[in-house]
Amino acid sequence: MTAGPVAQFWSEFRVNRVAVVALAIVATIVVLSLVAPWITPQNPYDMSGLRLADARRPPGFVSPRTGITHWLGTDGQGRDVLSAILYGLRVSIEIGLSAGIIAFSLGVTLGTFAAYLGGRIEALIMRFIDLQLSFPAILLALVLAAVLGQGKWQLVAALVTAQYAYFARTAHGAAATERSKDYVEAALSTPLKPHVVVLRHILPNCMPPLIVVATVQVANSIALEATLSFLGLGLPVSEPSLGMLIANGFQYLLSGRYWISIYPGIALIVLIASINLVGDQVRDQLNPRLRR
Amino acid sequence: MSGPLLVVDGLTTEFPTRAGIVRAVREVSFHVEAGEILGLVGESGSGKSVTGFSILGLIDPPGRITGGSVRLAGRELVGLPARDLRAMRGREIAMVFQDPAATLNPVLRIGDQMALAIHAHETVGAAAARARVAEVLTLVGIPDAARRLDAYPHQFSGGMRQRVAIATALLNRPKLIICDEPTTALDVSVQAQILTEMRALARDTGTALIWISHDLATVSSLASRIIVMYAGRVIEEGPIRQVLSAPRHPYTRGLLDSLPAKAVAGKDLMQIPGAPPSMLALPPGCAFAPRCLRADAACDAEPTPTVAGDRRWRCHHPHAEPTS
Repeated sequence: MTAGPVAQFWSEFRVNRVAVVALAIVATIVVLSLVAPWITPQNPYDMSGLRLADARRPPGFVSPRTGITHWLGTDGQGRDVLSAILYGLRVSIEIGLSAGIIAFSLGVTLGTFAAYLGGRIEALIMRFIDLQLSFPAILLALVLAAVLGQGKWQLVAALVTAQYAYFARTAHGAAATERSKDYVEAALSTPLKPHVVVLRHILPNCMPPLIVVATVQVANSIALEATLSFLGLGLPVSEPSLGMLIANGFQYLLSGRYWISIYPGIALIVLIASINLVGDQVRDQLNPRLRR
Repeated sequence: MSGPLLVVDGLTTEFPTRAGIVRAVREVSFHVEAGEILGLVGESGSGKSVTGFSILGLIDPPGRITGGSVRLAGRELVGLPARDLRAMRGREIAMVFQDPAATLNPVLRIGDQMALAIHAHETVGAAAARARVAEVLTLVGIPDAARRLDAYPHQFSGGMRQRVAIATALLNRPKLIICDEPTTALDVSVQAQILTEMRALARDTGTALIWISHDLATVSSLASRIIVMYAGRVIEEGPIRQVLSAPRHPYTRGLLDSLPAKAVAGKDLMQIPGAPPSMLALPPGCAFAPRCLRADAACDAEPTPTVAGDRRWRCHHPHAEPTS
């Protein structure tokens, strides 16, 4: 018997060293951010733990008051930058993933539903989605974040609205092709319930392109969330995400206190670039036309 | 219950196209007895597949059945609501298609997708469905069926996949299976194996088969009766031995003469002159007349069927009955 599909996928994936390193980085970042409360020297959200006297200290500064070594320095409120980055990554990943999963479910449901129904309802749903895609995602997210106000779930809602359309369009394209296949027509010509046909026959065949879009879109929602937070439309100041950390340090950049902005920026870039590298390799593997 | 299992009477199926109406099936009548294997032969475009689809009510709009009736065990199928047709398909009449690669879902395990065909018609537990799938797979000659349930279609060869398609058709024990060139995509040795198995299956399960094919050799080794179609019409019908040994219609005769088995080494293969007519511009009378060596003025009128015993043909100038 041949190896399972997952094992087979992995044996092809590991040929690309860059993608393997990227995957390792993503995994490390996710694990670090998950265990952040137990490994960081300081809880950056606990305002009472911050010492203003330790504010704006350079990397490597050892606080004589708390005895903490600030490896990446401290920010304007005396927050340990390393701790803040790990907590910020935690928030970014949490929001990026929730937005990605909700947008995936919503978009895929709409897309396959439209492809299955066909006719006018399909045209109506898909034209609306095309219309929405003609606006830049950031514009939509900005307007919604401004209208809905601050907060984690408001932000997720804004990101979902900006991104579900990509999933819907991909799912619709794949499902429409699948809809005309013989086995789908055969299944539909029996008394099998339509939702069973969609779930068992159509959806599994749409997964490869959707997985690719999902990896890219999670990276995109993390970037978009950082952008919104940088602009002050994201999370409340008491729960800084990466975008807000960058924004907070921005004012000190010209005075030479680069570490407050630069380190969170590097963390963000590394995370997004790694996700995209993994996504590229997954896309190459799942796209039969790029196969050698 | 008496009478034939399936009676097709005057069936006509039309497809409107931009250039005009195509009558792909014209007043086709035949019957199938329970447990019988009926061969349905004709060249591409003769309407044999459309006849099969019409029986199952699978003609996609704008095409439609414009006349005639299809009765399964006395029950009229033409004009039945979509819901009733769906309940009938797979349970009473099943169909096997030419390309087994297109009829199996590549991402579903064999056992799972076959079980769906059972769940479509009745409520059974997963374990019971699985057992039945394994049983039917064994029936069509797949060794170690219970273990192969978890395989994916790409892990099967072409012949195995077609066996899976046939097994799926057998799952709900239909009274009739319509096979639309099921062995055309397979190589000759696998084809022979499957033909042998099909004959045994039809005998053991009492399932009637309509075997649609353009290959006379295949049909002759399998069917007990044969129907020959040309340009949407049944032009000859009868017990297979009689039709093959003494064809009455010149077209059937031409088909038999052009079989490579009849050829003499060093001489050109016999062939029927000309090409089949366009279904949009059929000749006024007999559709075969323009290619027929026996045609004359009488052939400008549509020939009516002549019935003699088990045999039936549509020709003004049939070949004579052998005098032996």
